[in-house]
Amino acid sequence: MPMYNLNINGKQHKAEVSDDTPLLWVLRDHLGLLGTKYACGIATCGACTVHLNGEAIRSCVLPVSSVGNAQVTTIEGLSANGEHPVQKAWDEVDVPQCGYCQAGQIMTAAAFLKKNPNPSDKEIVEAMNSNICRCGTYHRIKDAVKIAAKNMK
Amino acid sequence: MSTSKIASPNRRQFLKTTTLAGGGLFLSFDLFSKNSSSRMKVQSGEADLVHFNSYLSIDPDGTVTIFSPNPEVGQGIKTSFPMIIAEELDLDWKKIKVVQAPLDTKRFERQVAGGSRSTPHSWKRLREAGASARNLLLQAASAQWKVPMDQLSTSMGMIHHKATGKMEHYGAFAGAAAKLDLPKEIPLKDPSQFHTIGTWVKGVDNMEVFTGKTQYGLDIYKPGMKQAMIVRAPAFGLKLKSVNGEAAKSMPGIEEVVSFNNRVAIIGKSTWEIMKARKALNIEWQKDTDLESSEMHNKILSDMIGSGKMETRRAEGNIEQAFKDAVKTVESEFQCPFIPHNSMEPMNFYADVREDSAELVGPTQNPESARNAVARLLNLSQDKVNVVFTRMGGGFGRRLNSDFALEAAELSKLIKSPVKVTWSREDDMTGGIYRPACKYKFKAGLDANGNMIAFQLRAAGINSGNPSRENNFPVGAIDHVLVESSDYKSPITTGPWRAPITNFLAGAEQIFFDEVAEAAGKDPVALRLEWVAKAKAKPVGKVLYEPDRFKAVIDLVAEKSQWFKKKKGVYKGFSVYFAHSTYVAQVAEVVKVKGKPVVKKVYCAVDCGILVNQSGALNQIVGSVVDGMGAAMYGRLTFKEGSPNETNFDKYRMIRMGEIPDVEVHFVKNTIDPTGLGEPALPPVSGAIGNALYRATGIRYRDQPFIDYMNEGKAGAGQNM
Ligand code: FES
Ligand code: FES
Repeated sequence: MPMYNLNINGKQHKAEVSDDTPLLWVLRDHLGLLGTKYACGIATCGACTVHLNGEAIRSCVLPVSSVGNAQVTTIEGLSANGEHPVQKAWDEVDVPQCGYCQAGQIMTAAAFLKKNPNPSDKEIVEAMNSNICRCGTYHRIKDAVKIAAKNMK
Repeated sequence: MSTSKIASPNRRQFLKTTTLAGGGLFLSFDLFSKNSSSRMKVQSGEADLVHFNSYLSIDPDGTVTIFSPNPEVGQGIKTSFPMIIAEELDLDWKKIKVVQAPLDTKRFERQVAGGSRSTPHSWKRLREAGASARNLLLQAASAQWKVPMDQLSTSMGMIHHKATGKMEHYGAFAGAAAKLDLPKEIPLKDPSQFHTIGTWVKGVDNMEVFTGKTQYGLDIYKPGMKQAMIVRAPAFGLKLKSVNGEAAKSMPGIEEVVSFNNRVAIIGKSTWEIMKARKALNIEWQKDTDLESSEMHNKILSDMIGSGKMETRRAEGNIEQAFKDAVKTVESEFQCPFIPHNSMEPMNFYADVREDSAELVGPTQNPESARNAVARLLNLSQDKVNVVFTRMGGGFGRRLNSDFALEAAELSKLIKSPVKVTWSREDDMTGGIYRPACKYKFKAGLDANGNMIAFQLRAAGINSGNPSRENNFPVGAIDHVLVESSDYKSPITTGPWRAPITNFLAGAEQIFFDEVAEAAGKDPVALRLEWVAKAKAKPVGKVLYEPDRFKAVIDLVAEKSQWFKKKKGVYKGFSVYFAHSTYVAQVAEVVKVKGKPVVKKVYCAVDCGILVNQSGALNQIVGSVVDGMGAAMYGRLTFKEGSPNETNFDKYRMIRMGEIPDVEVHFVKNTIDPTGLGEPALPPVSGAIGNALYRATGIRYRDQPFIDYMNEGKAGAGQNM
């Protein structure tokens, strides 16, 4: 089995896995980075969202062989102690219920706000519509994205 | 100030002292233990604390640790329960440590997340725990400072004596307090004195959740643990005939293929290798019972509510005569499909079964019943089985069952190894235990004044238990009533789904009463108020709700939504329901965008008694509105030859951010003991929305999912952003 050298959260990680292994399972099963969640495995819910060179991607369908030298950022690497403006806004609004979807929501929001620091409500909904929250915390997610956008200025 | 009597002598021996590893004295309480000599060990920093308390401990340095007994499933209990203790003990919320208590049936009662019952069950117990601790600390301070106790006051974890200016934190008295006797009566605060209860308090685990540190069941990885997935029968009604696992077993990372109890388990090193190899399994299934389809269910349900034999659930007056006397009758049928729970974290469990003991770890809403079920399965005594419950990535009733824990235990025993069983989303959606499909036939008889003199409900379900709720409003206000039900036994498994039965029945009924109001020429709100007045003035049979509280939520939602005022281009629908001891009235507003109806706003008026945590309560209510709307709009699991057709979120539509209405919540303010909020705001939602959609479109949304009525029934259209 091939050995992959992955750049995750600013560190090099080695994983010996078959080339079609989705990045999600490399993170979870092989590297012990458990903040990235599995929920659908077919790119429909966003629970597994991580950043690949700053872009939000679905790690459940991204084969490890296509990661190459790209920089991977997971929820564990978004900030050192949860001080990213998106994480802080999430706390201020007290977004979560069960919390299971929230790493994916936060990663989606962080990548989105980097590209679009002044989003309209409609743009926020368009960006976040791809992430399912079974507990229905969408109102608070929307509010938190707005607060994060304000605080990032 | 109210007082709470501690009656039983056992409950009075609740204090223990012990010595900390660091040398200090440790005060602990064991107020509610059934067996005060048992100990619970908690690892805390470098000190190995031995303590005896169900709920809290106070260190000599003033640190207060509160143990939250109930599983956290997103309902916010790990935050709201400690708030109640902190209130009575006058603590500084910011300085409290909250720790999840383990399953311990000797010291806790009802470590369950479900039924919206946790808060009502524990409200008084938690207050007493805090208030007794405070009382003892005050006694100790009074003795030490030689001042009368009534000259002392507490706030933010400190005791003050105003005259001398003395002030000291609780920890200073913890040791002395530990040697005192519990007073016979524990004074509880008057709600007007609350400083923590009723405020907005954030989740105690927020930062862990936001940094990915929270451990859910799927995050359990233990040394020596194997990974497994289990293939269950692809259709309800099939059983295992044979399995050939050779091809799968030869694939990388795969260790074993075993079958047990109509299941095939594939065991290996990693999830992905198992996911790939399970496709190479060669399994033959054979017919065990009939393989049912949704068409068949439709026919069964229609036959049942048509002329099928039913069990009488409630009967009052003379229904036949009343329908003869009626000048008008209204009759309608409503139907809902099966739906899966779809909690975001799929089912999973870890089990390590040894010769004479078992340890299980995972997400369960009912760890005690999981433990007992596993003990029965393994033929072990309950104290040999330990179930550690993790935070859950949602439950919605699905995790009240123990099937996933039993499977893991059975597999671990079989392969003689610790193992984590992971369910894929497909396993989770097709693995059974659904909200049952139900059908209802309502009939109302009106007199010449438009009064409903007769009300009849025929309720039918598929593995639904009793699909009616025969004592619910407006029963109690109607002279002639007949509620009947029947249940069809199917191989498709069902179970409680958030607000069991009422999650559809309530909406159906609320749409039916809208039809009744229309036939009677009455305003829907006015009609409900008439019934409430009748239930109060001249109740018929037993009445299990309080008419005044009903009236309060109806009035409140009517006022806040300006129900009686017409708004151009806005179509309104009303509903009100009482379930899980909570009263909820809702008004939905629908507008048309490019000719299509869109739900814009839902107003909620809620009477849940005293509000414990504003943030948690609002999150539950708004989440229930979103959940109820999502299920009503899109929720449907259909069957072909016993197999579910919808297997993942590509085929099963979930509500998303673009579809949610604004939600405005108002609370009735009172000082009645609090009720739970995990469920009660959900049942009426589909009624309010359905009624608003009717005004916008002229179509009665009687069957779910509503999406079928929109845009030529094509999924994906209709409710847009
Ligand atoms: S788990 Fe990757 S999108 Fe759902
Ligand atoms: S908070 Fe539970 S799924 Fe989003």
